[in-house]
Amino acid sequence: MLGMRVAKRQEPLGYLGSCLVVGGALILSLLLSALLLAIRGTPPLQGIVTLFQGAFGSPWALEDTVLKAIPIYLCALGVAVAFRLKIWNIGAEGQFALGAIGATWVALSFPDLPKYALLPAMVAMACTAGGLWGFIPALLRQRLRANEIIVTLMLNYVAILLLDYLVYGIWKDPASHGFPMTPVFSDGAIVGKIGTTSINWGLAHCILLGLIIWVFFRFTRIGFEVKASGDNVRAARYAGLPYDRLVILVMVISGALAGWAGFLEASATVHRLQPSIMVGYGYTAIVVAWLARLNPLAIGFAALLLAGLRVGVENLQLELQVPAAFGGIIEGLVLLTVLAGGLFTHYRLVWRRQQ
Amino acid sequence: MTAEIVILLLAAAVQSGTPILYATLGEIFTEKSGVLNLGVEGAMILGALAGFVAARYSGSPLLGLCFAGLAGSLATAIHGVVCLWFQGNQVVSGLALTILGVGLANYLGTAFVGLSAPGFEPFPLPGLAEIPIVGPIFFHHDPLVYLSYLLVPAMWLFFTRTGAGLALRAVGEYPAAATAAGLSVAAYRWLGILVGGFLMGLGGAYLSLAYTHLWTTNLTAGRGWIAVALVIFAFWRPGRAVFGAYLFGGIMALQLRLQATGTEIPSSILLMLPYLLTVVVLVFSTWRRGSSEAPAALGVNEEPVD
Repeated sequence: MLGMRVAKRQEPLGYLGSCLVVGGALILSLLLSALLLAIRGTPPLQGIVTLFQGAFGSPWALEDTVLKAIPIYLCALGVAVAFRLKIWNIGAEGQFALGAIGATWVALSFPDLPKYALLPAMVAMACTAGGLWGFIPALLRQRLRANEIIVTLMLNYVAILLLDYLVYGIWKDPASHGFPMTPVFSDGAIVGKIGTTSINWGLAHCILLGLIIWVFFRFTRIGFEVKASGDNVRAARYAGLPYDRLVILVMVISGALAGWAGFLEASATVHRLQPSIMVGYGYTAIVVAWLARLNPLAIGFAALLLAGLRVGVENLQLELQVPAAFGGIIEGLVLLTVLAGGLFTHYRLVWRRQQ
Repeated sequence: MTAEIVILLLAAAVQSGTPILYATLGEIFTEKSGVLNLGVEGAMILGALAGFVAARYSGSPLLGLCFAGLAGSLATAIHGVVCLWFQGNQVVSGLALTILGVGLANYLGTAFVGLSAPGFEPFPLPGLAEIPIVGPIFFHHDPLVYLSYLLVPAMWLFFTRTGAGLALRAVGEYPAAATAAGLSVAAYRWLGILVGGFLMGLGGAYLSLAYTHLWTTNLTAGRGWIAVALVIFAFWRPGRAVFGAYLFGGIMALQLRLQATGTEIPSSILLMLPYLLTVVVLVFSTWRRGSSEAPAALGVNEEPVD
């Protein structure tokens, strides 16, 4: 390509090199995004500055970034579990919606329960509902060989429409003046904020769940089996690993984690169920998981970065009237450039010698 | 009376199935070369926007159509660069292309929301349109529908009767053997990606220049993904893709009619139908045969070292 050829590296690229490649990919994505700002007549430099100021430039902005990073982190953690087995769960968005629906059902049905009983019940229901939304495609894949990419994606649309059906219909708050939303949750159903910040205790959930997933892959037999099967399905089957059961397991875990994120969004952020919680965190999660190479700690940083970009784009919208869709452009570019940069892990480019 | 309604509905099925048909044919063409492109939705919506803008400024729907195809190819070329040059994972690259394409189209398209452009008008084919039942269903449409009628046999002929078509399929089935036979795997995969993208762009243009003459955000609304599922339903055969596309067209048309007649069923439940049907169709097409009909090398990158 372009007067260069590809040569295999003796050793795979080290940690520092990988960071450089990802950094380069991010810079390239930002440059291309700035170009697109210029096309629509927004001063590009001012745009990028506004983007970063909006995301990380003030304590208030940082808090907003962390708030958005929480659901993205949990969804990405779930996506990463499935991707480890090379099961393409594109359905975090729908599993997130089901989690929010499940948690809301509990919150609206038992509003008078004390917090210590109500919140765990909401989490359990959210994980069950989200897990179910992961279980369906896994079962269809295993029994009927249906492609999980398409099934999970279609279930996203179904889940969002189901949420719409509920909040426009049977769950609609009679006092909402026609707006599609449920009544506000009772105090017992709300996850509180940490101290005087606007950040909720969902952050602690993220740290705890991230640790659990890390331990799962690092120290448990099943975690090892998932990793081994993901690296080589045939070898794993030959070695007698229960591949089919692992597929079901990772999809249920994956869905449950996204469902947990949905619970937090309803309970801690908006205190009710409304369609506006569906803003595509489930798709951002795929970008985050891939950017972080499926590592739970790195997913934390990547989630903060992508959440920051989302907050920054909101700022761009306010200050410079840039359309919200700009966020999708940056996310797509980041994913594409990081993906392309992956070549340099095992290969390097050398100039083709003139004949 | 009822017969008339059924005929109208079937005609509407052909019309709303046509954009999906173009996209499905495009994806079949790409997948036959061994490349899995999940960016159909992105290529379609960029084609829709490019076609709309070109037609609006030039006043010529035909020029719009050309730009739509080129925009589709340009979009899928990104997938080509990432997967063929940089060995990126094809699943993730396609997803990224969809995220980028939908974002880009909605971003660049904000200025055009609600505006209209000159598009293709229905043109009953003389003679054929007079045939009872068949005429009103198939031959009272716009030229893009007729073009799709020609495209299906043309693609079948290309795959089965031409050297280039056989080579493209060989590259998708067994790239090592194709290389040994002196074929360039990369060249045929580029062909698969670019021609496929062109057709996806045309599918998008159908939405913005024939189905409606308007630009709205999220114009494609998941049709690209339905096309990806239909490729499996069609067992990678252009002929079967027609049935799949019209089946979906029918469901979409039915859902619109039901909404218009003010049924008791809530619209969100009706809107679920095409997506649920996709899952059902997918399950029914794979549970017996699995994916044994898929090109053997689908989704697998070639080692880049030369």
